[in-house]
Amino acid sequence: MSLGFSKISIKNIHKAFGNNIVLDGLNLEIQKGQSMVIIGASGTGKSVLLKNIIGLLKPDQGSIKVNGEETVGVGWNRKQKFLKKVGILFQNAGLFDSLTVWENVAFPLMQDKSFDRKRAQKKAFEKLSEVGLASDTANLMPAELSGGMKKRVGLARAIATDPEIILFDEPTTGLDPIMGEIINELIVEKVQQLGATTLSITHDISSAKKIGNKIAMIYGGKIIWIGEVSELNSSGNKYVDQFIQGSAEGPIQMDFKPC
Amino acid sequence: MNPFASIGRTVIAFANHIGRITIFTSRSLYHCFTPPFYWHLLIRQIIEIGFYSLPVVGMTAIFTGMVLALQSYTGFARFNAEGAVAGVVVLSITRELAPVLAGLMVSGRIGAAMAAEIGTMSVTEQLDALKTLSTDPFKYLIAPRIIAGILMLPILVLVADIVGVFGGYLISIYKLGFNSTIYLERTWEILEPIDVISGLVKASVFRLIISLMGCFHGYHSRGGAQGVGAATTNAVVSASVLILAFNYVITELYFAI
Repeated sequence: MSLGFSKISIKNIHKAFGNNIVLDGLNLEIQKGQSMVIIGASGTGKSVLLKNIIGLLKPDQGSIKVNGEETVGVGWNRKQKFLKKVGILFQNAGLFDSLTVWENVAFPLMQDKSFDRKRAQKKAFEKLSEVGLASDTANLMPAELSGGMKKRVGLARAIATDPEIILFDEPTTGLDPIMGEIINELIVEKVQQLGATTLSITHDISSAKKIGNKIAMIYGGKIIWIGEVSELNSSGNKYVDQFIQGSAEGPIQMDFKPC
Repeated sequence: MNPFASIGRTVIAFANHIGRITIFTSRSLYHCFTPPFYWHLLIRQIIEIGFYSLPVVGMTAIFTGMVLALQSYTGFARFNAEGAVAGVVVLSITRELAPVLAGLMVSGRIGAAMAAEIGTMSVTEQLDALKTLSTDPFKYLIAPRIIAGILMLPILVLVADIVGVFGGYLISIYKLGFNSTIYLERTWEILEPIDVISGLVKASVFRLIISLMGCFHGYHSRGGAQGVGAATTNAVVSASVLILAFNYVITELYFAI
């Protein structure tokens, strides 16, 4: 049970695709200002959980509350109201191919009618500068960017509206270790500046330790362990131990069926 | 395997597919008429669908008109009715060939492009990103394509009508030796407004089919490059078959009237 104010409260979430049960009564509380990282092997439902939280998937059962308000089964307008407070960095950045870098960053700003194009452009340039991108990249198209630059632009777009909550989907996947570390540091810096609550999903243990202050492990559709980052190496949980050691032997059995 | 179970599964899958297309069509049309409207995207689509399709539609129409003149002459010459060539060319072009061939050509060009573009957006999380950024993909991506299509294909067909008839005229005058004045007089005599209008109505329906199939298959594509490729093929094949089927239905309706 939580003692502080729950920014995100997930209760008894179930989600199945046909006979494949992905989430099986998952519970999770994320307090205000907390940086929660969910770790788990591929195919254990991390991305499905994230998609349920942001409304891209609807759980078969259960409740998800953001700022105390239910988000499951609500209409488009109410969903958009809560999504305005959320920034998301997608695994592949999710940048719009047809827009320039700065237009991508300005996109969430321009959905707000009080922001004209010029003001949105100015703020987009500021955000790009904050994530270490020079102004000459602003007019490039996403196809002209490297993987690391795409992540930076994705991060700039995620923080463009100064959101209260930021969700990171595999923020370092596909990056070399140095660029991964740079992105981790950027995430930590920006989250601290904004005072945001974050939820990240990753299977990169070093990234999880860097960007999180609380870690939860998902397995079998449930959270099987939750603790402080400092407790991860001494969790006493054989599933967690196997995962962080990257061992093929242990209770986690990887099947190779497509999920 | 139980044959009844197999038939049942096929029927359910077919009904499911029809249901998904119906829901997709209803949502798409609803968003064509409700704000906000993305005017800059609509203008971009009008240029893409209208202006850039002009060469391919024009080339198709002129060669079709030329072949039609030659073939109809060959047939009519056998019973000394060469004078009917002008009428056959103009009626065939305006009522049938311009809308159908322009529809098929635009389906190959634009329908495939729509499926590939939206399909790529789907498999690279761009559609997910749109949904989480307070933007409905139906309004932002699909409505502009449908509106631009319905507006532009009739104009393209009108161009194809003129170019196709001109192609027939060129062959009739310069190869078959018809008198230019008489040929044009016969063309005008036989042509009625309903001939052109029926072609334009067909064009609007075909264009709706092309946009819907391109957007539907792109929107539901899954599984990376292979999924996008399959979506593109399905979009063109389904649009082409539906165009030919609806062409018959609309023609039948005109006959009934």
